[in-house]
Amino acid sequence: MRHLLLPLALLAAPLAAQDSLPPAPYAYVQLPDPAQEARAKALMETLRCVKCQGQSIADSDAPMAGDMRSQVRERIAAGEDPEAIRAWLVERYGDYVSYAPRVTATTWPLFAAPLLLLALAVLLLRSRFARGGGTA
Amino acid sequence: MTSPVAKPARWALWLPLVLFGAFVALVLVGLWRPADREVTSAMVGKPLPDFALRAAVPDRPGLARADFADGKPRLLNIFASWCVPCAVEAPQLARLKAVGVEIHGAAIRDRPEDVAAFLSRHGNPFTRIGADDVSSIQLAIGSSGVPETFVIDGKGVIRYQHIGEIRADQVGLILAKLEEAGQ
Repeated sequence: MRHLLLPLALLAAPLAAQDSLPPAPYAYVQLPDPAQEARAKALMETLRCVKCQGQSIADSDAPMAGDMRSQVRERIAAGEDPEAIRAWLVERYGDYVSYAPRVTATTWPLFAAPLLLLALAVLLLRSRFARGGGTA
Repeated sequence: MTSPVAKPARWALWLPLVLFGAFVALVLVGLWRPADREVTSAMVGKPLPDFALRAAVPDRPGLARADFADGKPRLLNIFASWCVPCAVEAPQLARLKAVGVEIHGAAIRDRPEDVAAFLSRHGNPFTRIGADDVSSIQLAIGSSGVPETFVIDGKGVIRYQHIGEIRADQVGLILAKLEEAGQ
């Protein structure tokens, strides 16, 4: 049993670097109105936690993600549009904070490239099938 | 009718190896120079948004938007008593204060007694300290962690964001940014 304690202590160490305040009001509390909660949840799943960048704020247990969730829920409850909240955050953290990519001057090739490749494949296949049909 | 099988050109034989080599090089570059994962604020160059925070400790007033923008550039330091790098940068903040820089602080998710203990242990370079229990000022100015230090010019415009602790060799950089903001 004792040889388990050291690994456990090491696991617990990062928690010491956290604050001791209770979470923000709506960090772990759903909104009373299910429709509003659904809108908040949908938005939270597409916002990046800036502290733990591989996760959305809906997935993350970081205190800052909790604070972001609370703010999202409070604003939705106040009647704000989810996309307005996203725009507010993008204005502060840049596009990186949103998991829903936008078509902009720098990102359009990402959207155009698959279409171009698909068109190229169709052209290649058509000429190949046309030739095959001719010799058979 | 037999069409002769086209023989690939000699150079084409090496193509897979070249591609593989390029892939290995890409991986090695990623290993030795990992991507910068810091989220920088998009608010640099924009005015400080409106906020008002209650006092974090009894002996310093709270902090609001109105405490900036009086013609004098100053620092806004985002810190917390539970943040280890914040203790590391304390001597640098003390040096900045010693040369006449005014520093306002925002204590993130902190209890008054913890802030007071932190300040009595590491020194108090702050003129005002606002308490932010829900990271609201961080979200408002695009800050993603502690510590972060923002240079605010005399008009209340955010001019520079310093992510992470101010190290001993970075005091000059902060002073230069303050001077830039004062022009």
